Amino acid sequence: MNTIVCMKRVPDSATRVRVTPDGAGLDPAGVKYVVNPYDEFALEDAIRRKEEAGEGKVTVVALGPPETAESIRQALAMGADEGVLLVCAGSHDALSVAGALADEIRGRDVDLVLFGKQAIDDDNMQVPQMVAEFLGLPCATVVVGLEIAGRDATARREVEGGHEVVEFSLPAVVSTQKGLNEPRYPSLKGIMAAKRKPLEEREVILEAPTIEFLRLDEPPAPAAGRIVGEGVDAVPELVRALRDEAGVL
Amino acid sequence: MSFEGVDYFNLDALLHEEEIAIRDLVREWVDQEVLPIIGHHYIERTFPRELIPQMGELGFFGANLPEEYGCAGLNNVAYGLIMQELERADSGIRSFVSVQGALVMYPIFAFGSEEQKREWLPRLASGESIGCFGLTEPDFGSNPGGMITRAVEDGDEWILNGAKMWITNGSMSDVAVIWAKTGDLDDAGSIRGFIVETGRDGFSASDQKGKLSLLASDTSELVLQDVRVPRTSLLPGSGGLKSPLKCLTQARYGISWGAVGAAMGCYRESVDYAKNRVQFDGTPIAQTQIQQVRIADMLTEITKAQLLCLRLGRMKDEGTMRPQHVSLAKRNNVNMACECARESRRLLGANGILAEYASMRHMANLESVYTYEGTHDIHSLILGHDATGLPAYN
Repeated sequence: MNTIVCMKRVPDSATRVRVTPDGAGLDPAGVKYVVNPYDEFALEDAIRRKEEAGEGKVTVVALGPPETAESIRQALAMGADEGVLLVCAGSHDALSVAGALADEIRGRDVDLVLFGKQAIDDDNMQVPQMVAEFLGLPCATVVVGLEIAGRDATARREVEGGHEVVEFSLPAVVSTQKGLNEPRYPSLKGIMAAKRKPLEEREVILEAPTIEFLRLDEPPAPAAGRIVGEGVDAVPELVRALRDEAGVL
Repeated sequence: MSFEGVDYFNLDALLHEEEIAIRDLVREWVDQEVLPIIGHHYIERTFPRELIPQMGELGFFGANLPEEYGCAGLNNVAYGLIMQELERADSGIRSFVSVQGALVMYPIFAFGSEEQKREWLPRLASGESIGCFGLTEPDFGSNPGGMITRAVEDGDEWILNGAKMWITNGSMSDVAVIWAKTGDLDDAGSIRGFIVETGRDGFSASDQKGKLSLLASDTSELVLQDVRVPRTSLLPGSGGLKSPLKCLTQARYGISWGAVGAAMGCYRESVDYAKNRVQFDGTPIAQTQIQQVRIADMLTEITKAQLLCLRLGRMKDEGTMRPQHVSLAKRNNVNMACECARESRRLLGANGILAEYASMRHMANLESVYTYEGTHDIHSLILGHDATGLPAYN
């Protein structure tokens, strides 16, 4: 089975990001970038499926600046077979990214296209569904369980208050959620082997965006706290403040 | 929050991409898997055995040995960076990996027959088998050539008798590389290495009680009483004291890097603590001159030690490193790390004595590291000998 895993390079959630003074984006100084954590579930699923079947190919496709190659190497170190980097600078809206990814995937011999359910930087949660639509493929999102038998797939989706089970046939697009698996660390041998795996880099021009990006702002500084008293005596005032001032009771 | 590292002179620019990838992998693994549990193990005086399978799977054991024996085949800088990150967690973790790789796998690789290599190296690389190294004896530490453990031939077997002391991994090992004299007791040239399975009759190991350092590490005494091993247990390429000393050069090389990791951990802990700890009129202690001197000293010494390590690693890879170079790096870097840990503990005030912080654990551990694998003083004599041509060991 051939799988394509679409991956995004995002700032590490532990890194302290700063908005540039003009509000146009994030200041890249001192920011550590990682593979989008939800994409790691997709990668792990693809690699396990290949290892269990003893055949098949896992291709990683990413879109972003040239440094994204580093993140693709990490995916190759985990066990993916080859990488494709669609090089383009700047940030883009979901529709133009999905269009470029669909163009790359279309015509390839692929059974399963996997995504993380969302990227942790812009949290748009749109690209997998859009790619499925462009390719005319079934799509299951926020998947925490995936079984495949022949051309038939059953996915367990996380929905409000429970799980939803859906059936569809391959080829298909699936976006993965925490709980699907426990992503592995790349091994030292994997890191060395990744150097020798093919990584194709190609410039792409994206469609004009349909969403106009205005500006980024830092979150407002939190208001100073207030100590309402100590011990049991403080409870009535605390309850009053929570009810009348904060409106949370 | 993952560990930030300390790289004041942008030494990352001198590392290859895969060296950085390997360092970052081990760094992340340490943050996720080791730091959350190490303080508890230290207090309970247990080695975190649960980490062994994962360390094997990731390829930490004998990582600079060739891939054909199941190892990762890394260069020595990448190997050093692994040691650095592991010792940032705890000297006991790095010691475990050092012993398994540099003191058990390396002698089998360097002095073993092809058969011995094929039998043992893949199992040791995966962590399926655990090994220890028996050189030091109760009365022969800095002077291992004086050892009184003996191996005597008897038909198709060797019979070993003796005792070994301060043996890391001793009680949990499946196999021991034992050094013994095959000739007269005054003949250090007759020292040979033996692969001894610890389950053999007459082999016993007991935990060293009463330690105040390396508490998350197995330190044991080994006793060999008429232990019979087949002839094929002898490491055929070993001969004389220089064989175990070659192993020690490998291990000391890793220690040189490891010490820097411990110091980096202390430095970061100090800076973070100092910036958050407010005293007097709302000033963080980081804004006091006395703590800034501590921090500046640590940063300077760490940076110098990092340069030593990197150059030493490149020399090891190009084949120009001499054991005396390793002595200089081990002596300097471990002493440096001892100082950083002590100053860091002091900067942390009363909190500095708690297991919640790493500095005092490092401080206690590093006193062992200062003493093992050639004491600080012996390395002074090695360097003095090399610089003057005059030996002053006796």
